[in-house]
Amino acid sequence: MTADDARRGELKPIMDAAAVERALRRMATQIAEDLASRGEIALVGIRAGGVPVARRLARLVAEAEGGPPPPIGEVDITLYRDDLYTGLEKPVLGETRIPFPVEGARIVLVDDVLFTGRTVRAALDELMDYGRPRLVRLAVLVDRGHRELPIQADYVGRRLETELSDRVVVVHGGDGERDPEARVELGRAGRGRP
Amino acid sequence: MRKRLFSGARIVDPARGLDAVADLLVGEDGRVLDVGPGLRRATGSAAGGEVEVVPCSGLVLAPGFVDLHVHLREPGQEYKETIETGGRAAAAGGFTTVCCMANTQPVNDNASITRFILERAAEAGLCRVLPIGAVSAGMRGERLADIGEMRAAGAVGFSDDGLPVMDAHLMRRALEYTRTFGAPVIAHEEDRCLGCHWAMHEGEVSTALGLPGIPGAAEDVMVARDIVLAEDTGGWLHVAHVSTARSVELIRRAKERGVRVTTEATPHHFTLTHDAVRGYDTSTKMAPPLRPPGDVAAVVRGLADGTIDCIATDHAPHSRVEKEVEFELAANGVIGLETALGLTLGLVRAGHLGLSQAVALLSTRPAACFGIEGGRLAPGDRADLVLFDPDAELLVDPAQGHSRSRNTPFGGWTLPGRVRRTVLLGRDTFSGVPDAGV
Amino acid sequence: MSFARKDLVGIADLEEHEILTLLDTAERFRELNERPIKKVPTLRGRSVIHLFLEPSTRTRTSFDIAAKRMSADTFSVGGVTSSAVKGETLLDTARNLHAMRPDVIVVRHKMAGTAALLAKALPCSVINAGDGFHEHPTQALLDALTLRQRLGGFEGRTVTIVGDIAHSRVARSNVILLTRLGARVRVCGPRTLIPPGIEALGAVACDRLRDAIEDADVVMMLRIQQERIDQGGHYFPNTREYSRLYGLNLDTMRRARPDVLVMHPGPVNRGVEISPEVADGPWSVILDQVTNGVAVRMSAMYHVMGADRAEAAVQRGADR
Repeated sequence: MTADDARRGELKPIMDAAAVERALRRMATQIAEDLASRGEIALVGIRAGGVPVARRLARLVAEAEGGPPPPIGEVDITLYRDDLYTGLEKPVLGETRIPFPVEGARIVLVDDVLFTGRTVRAALDELMDYGRPRLVRLAVLVDRGHRELPIQADYVGRRLETELSDRVVVVHGGDGERDPEARVELGRAGRGRP
Repeated sequence: MRKRLFSGARIVDPARGLDAVADLLVGEDGRVLDVGPGLRRATGSAAGGEVEVVPCSGLVLAPGFVDLHVHLREPGQEYKETIETGGRAAAAGGFTTVCCMANTQPVNDNASITRFILERAAEAGLCRVLPIGAVSAGMRGERLADIGEMRAAGAVGFSDDGLPVMDAHLMRRALEYTRTFGAPVIAHEEDRCLGCHWAMHEGEVSTALGLPGIPGAAEDVMVARDIVLAEDTGGWLHVAHVSTARSVELIRRAKERGVRVTTEATPHHFTLTHDAVRGYDTSTKMAPPLRPPGDVAAVVRGLADGTIDCIATDHAPHSRVEKEVEFELAANGVIGLETALGLTLGLVRAGHLGLSQAVALLSTRPAACFGIEGGRLAPGDRADLVLFDPDAELLVDPAQGHSRSRNTPFGGWTLPGRVRRTVLLGRDTFSGVPDAGV
Repeated sequence: MSFARKDLVGIADLEEHEILTLLDTAERFRELNERPIKKVPTLRGRSVIHLFLEPSTRTRTSFDIAAKRMSADTFSVGGVTSSAVKGETLLDTARNLHAMRPDVIVVRHKMAGTAALLAKALPCSVINAGDGFHEHPTQALLDALTLRQRLGGFEGRTVTIVGDIAHSRVARSNVILLTRLGARVRVCGPRTLIPPGIEALGAVACDRLRDAIEDADVVMMLRIQQERIDQGGHYFPNTREYSRLYGLNLDTMRRARPDVLVMHPGPVNRGVEISPEVADGPWSVILDQVTNGVAVRMSAMYHVMGADRAEAAVQRGADR
């Protein structure tokens, strides 16, 4: 990528639809091996990017295991954020929907990109307000590093070396279960910027 | 005092219909010696250095303004204003005579208070202060105040202003009794039964703001009552701060019938409508309240056609303690001495009045209305003068005002005209820093 | 969709999109209020002062619950005495409170314009919990939320407000809000209690209750206060006659649509402006209003708080 490309903010492809599919399938297999054999599990996607990933993972876990797909929940972490009053316009509140009892559940928290870890921290706090899960694991499609909190993913589709100022873009398409347009791209800011 | 020659001014003397560039010579006694073109050459050669020449080109020279309605707060409320600070504001606004209302603490309802005010005014020496005595003792509306003694001490009229005389019988007697002394009863027209605890004019704005209102009718029914009483008694009714279309019309008809009724209007009532109250600025709260546009237009017409005799400011200073409070609790009143000229010239700019008419409404006519000497520039008259630049502009900054109080709704306004010099019996009581070229 | 104001003083100040933002957010908070654990950490460490200079139990409780559900610390200052009685101006009181660095002051006062006065004078956020006869914006928002849930929208709907319109901040805020969102609003009551120029706010005045409620989708009854008569306002002869002419009961309800919604901002004077059968009947959404009150107040606090910093950030952004 040339400097001109960077200045125009062009995106460099990291994973195409097939690569995303392979990564999710590998994660699903691991999840099924680790957890499904030990009883019911549930997937909770972090809005907005984690929700389609959770849907696809649920289908793949069911395929790997041969049973019905696990229940899926969604959390909107806006009210749990630690940066609400840092001067950004307030985000529109999304809905949190957890259609199963959290108390005692085995939950895989799902997001598309793991970065500072603050979003996961907020999602964990919110989950705990719904009850006391038996265990919580974390699955992410991309881990781009630069953690600011001691949080690590248990299941990772792809580890990516990035600059702090880079943008990682996960594109979702299709119906969430099958996604021929899914891809991951990297936007690199111009050189010399912090 | 040396003679003073005001040279090259546009002299506007409505009493004589004079509006021309000329010179005006003031004698050693503080009275006008001569008015006419080319006096400079005549005096320059004859009197040499004994005449102080005041160059006035580009300025209007007019009779000093006369305000029939101010509140100077002394004695008793010196934290709001004193005769001295009020006098300074008057001088800065071009006024040489002000008539101060009786609602001091104690009330000016006896000759000793009247004399006190006159003494303090003489000490200050900033303008002629003519006291107005109370109609009723303590302004309590129960029995007549010492009207005859106050008249003898120098009171020019009688009023419970700030409060209406609600008792019709007392009003009748006041109108009868004052006939002997040739002084008006100045009426604050407000039927309190039609609106107690009101905060503004009752109408769509009071509805939108949720403020308790008083209808225009509260003024009108009292004006009507008092006109009837003046007609029957032959007394002299002066309606203070007329503010509604119907009251103006009632007065117009009464004058046509020959009833002895005179009236005044304030700059805020001919400039602002009740819409100015939106935002709850307590400096838009006064009695009578700001009215709808139709009333404002009627007041302007009344000034233009002579139904309304003169402009009076109702200068009513209040401190922050009375104004930085809930709108409903705020005291009524605004200061007005330093913005009167600009707001009146606003009517000239808008084409409602001629310049000579505007000058007359501020000087000649109020003086004539109360029979006060002044408001004229003929030889022998008091040299009470104002020099103003009609083309300059004044940015109203309440913090720069000369009054002790700041309660004006016109802060931040740019008004036409600037007073450059005010002269009382030949001596300067105010001389402003000229912008340029004077 | 956004709301970038420091204060919520009145509905009259708001654009339609700001009203919708407040309602949409309130909808989310309503969902949160149904969770087993109703507390979120959103306003942790923030301070809310309830400055209630007029007695009020419901509204104060509703604001207090709202603040606490978002983890704010709340402090009550009040009593019914005006600060002026103590020789202190309202601004003195407010500046003293601000010196303690609250993030929000929720103010209720018996005089109009007080919320605006504080909002102008203080750098912290101010939420109007009712100022005299002027506005009660969160009440109108909770009414609108209730109606939107029941009716789906406002376009083409008719809402009739019955009672003491002249002395009602609820009526003013509702007239402005509902007309702004596309509803038709009628006001009904004795002529003595219909303020002049109410049409300028967008309402149509009706003399008779039966004309006013005919075809109405919603009838909102206002509380009639005995003290209005006791204070010599000469508004109507007595509450018995008022009730006969303007009270909502099973008989008058026969004139209304069968699916009409009946609202009341509370507290209800049963037997005066509304009969118990109607207040507790199937038309009544009075308790929904109370539930929505908490959600709307959470939404209001959520949106006003930090708005000054947001503006500062926008300013910094513009400087670059």
